[in-house]
Amino acid sequence: MTTDLRRRLLVPAKHLGLVLIGIVMLYPVLWMIVSSLRPDDEIFRSPGLILDGLKTENYAEGWNALTPSFGTYLVNSTIVVLGCIIGNLVSCSMAAYAFARLHFTGKRWWFGIMLGTIMLPIHVIIVPQYVLFSQIGWVNTFLPLIVPKLLATDAFFVFLMVQFIRGLPRELDEAARIDGCGHPRIFLRIILPLMTPALATTTIFTFIWTWNDFFGQLIYLTDPDMYTVPVALRTFVDSTVATSWGSQFAMSVVSLIPIFLAFLIGQRYLVKGIATTGGK
Amino acid sequence: MSALDELRQLRRGGVQVRKRDNRAAFWFLAPWFAGLIFITIGPVLASFGLGFTKYNLIQPPKFIGFDNFARILSDERLHNALGVTFTYVLVSVPLQLACALGVALLLDRGLRGLAFYRSAFYLPSLLGSSVAIAVLWTQVFGTDGLVNRVLSFFGVEGKGWISDPDTALSTLIVLNVWTFGSPMIIFLAGLRQIPAMYYEAAAIDGASKWSQFWRITLPLLSPIVFFNLVLQIIHAFQSFTQAFVVSNGTGGPSDSTMFYTLYLYQQGFSRFDMGYASALAWFLLLIIAAFTAINFWAAKYWVFYDD
Repeated sequence: MTTDLRRRLLVPAKHLGLVLIGIVMLYPVLWMIVSSLRPDDEIFRSPGLILDGLKTENYAEGWNALTPSFGTYLVNSTIVVLGCIIGNLVSCSMAAYAFARLHFTGKRWWFGIMLGTIMLPIHVIIVPQYVLFSQIGWVNTFLPLIVPKLLATDAFFVFLMVQFIRGLPRELDEAARIDGCGHPRIFLRIILPLMTPALATTTIFTFIWTWNDFFGQLIYLTDPDMYTVPVALRTFVDSTVATSWGSQFAMSVVSLIPIFLAFLIGQRYLVKGIATTGGK
Repeated sequence: MSALDELRQLRRGGVQVRKRDNRAAFWFLAPWFAGLIFITIGPVLASFGLGFTKYNLIQPPKFIGFDNFARILSDERLHNALGVTFTYVLVSVPLQLACALGVALLLDRGLRGLAFYRSAFYLPSLLGSSVAIAVLWTQVFGTDGLVNRVLSFFGVEGKGWISDPDTALSTLIVLNVWTFGSPMIIFLAGLRQIPAMYYEAAAIDGASKWSQFWRITLPLLSPIVFFNLVLQIIHAFQSFTQAFVVSNGTGGPSDSTMFYTLYLYQQGFSRFDMGYASALAWFLLLIIAAFTAINFWAAKYWVFYDD
């Protein structure tokens, strides 16, 4: 009897606890969205979520606060993100095919080195990398952000794809090989179409990480025409210290919308990707 | 054709396949090799070399021996930055993992609405590293911020949490704890691997939930705890954006949010002291490697492998 009663109380108690934790965690974000539609004095006054009216001027003000306007930064971020996605999809899948399916000398060694580079902090390589890229005149272009992705330097995704390909039945490639297919064709016609879930996970993570990335973009992009969203947002915040939270919130919300969308569309792949390989 | 011939041909075929594989592997790995040389390992080695020079990008690097490394030993601002970074890592990572594990336990075993809760708790870890959230944090923990509004509701007098050197770092720790969603998902996946049979057997023997947690869940989950610990420590050492935005790039107030990475950035990219920044980068690599090694060593004493 008592255990039955306890069990019947336990589940609602769990839900109550989880809902409370959820509210505490997400409240600041919701409040920021609501506050981006408020006049400044009300932002300071009101910790609630109910709006008296809609003040969309914050968005117009924030959008045009810097020259060029925020539209340019969104376009720049989009170019960088698309470049990185294409780079990661092509280069990481090729490397993953080699590690998962081919026999070659020193494979274990190379694989170990690849795994090791997952742990390598960007800060350790950024100085010489910057020297290299500044000497070939790539500072203030998107190349230092995109070209490394074309060279499979996001080893995390190589590993994710290797794991995925290892799970595909080998009989498929062997059958294709007997039919006279070479490795390029096996890769393009058989493995790639089958690994779309891994490619989707890579796309969505690359999208979110690149969109949020600040360190690399801050270092390589110093010309306002080349600013991406995070760099522009930080410059905007810096230039309006202690004034107009409304417009700062408005642009912050604009910068987060793509992340929300990616999250809604790609949740399944995100969860799967983290659970199998332990993403960041 | 005799069977022997066929065998011989097969063998030759086998050898050929091997050879062909090597060539194919080279082409498939060509981008990765190029990346290894120019983007990862190459720069790591180059930064080791640059660490022994004085270099400002304009004049050619000048060899100065161990001066940069000697400077690491005597640089008091750096020692403060190390203290700030260690505090951040050693406080925020255990708190973050404790939250992740706690919530994962609440969510385990077919609770209704699991997918919804999981998404809600995971979202902050996607947002946490963005500039936008750092902007939000600046307001929320500011003098007129959301936290103080809520506190005044309860009659508590707040303060400028970010402008006070005693509490500025804590706000960043809270931010890192806030992103517990991604280790939580790894814990959830791990909890699912524990056979329900173990709990049933323990329940029959009259073990309480509490002792089931300590005797079954925690030991069987310890490899996952270890994995999360290694990953999150490495990750926390590299935090940069939040401290940079919250302090306008200064690491202030009075260097209280001066992360190691922020100090490295200032030396390298504000003062263009590339030689010292390279030495700092190598020192960071050694620190992270040392922490990881200690973690692996300590794992022998508490991580339990069930095989």
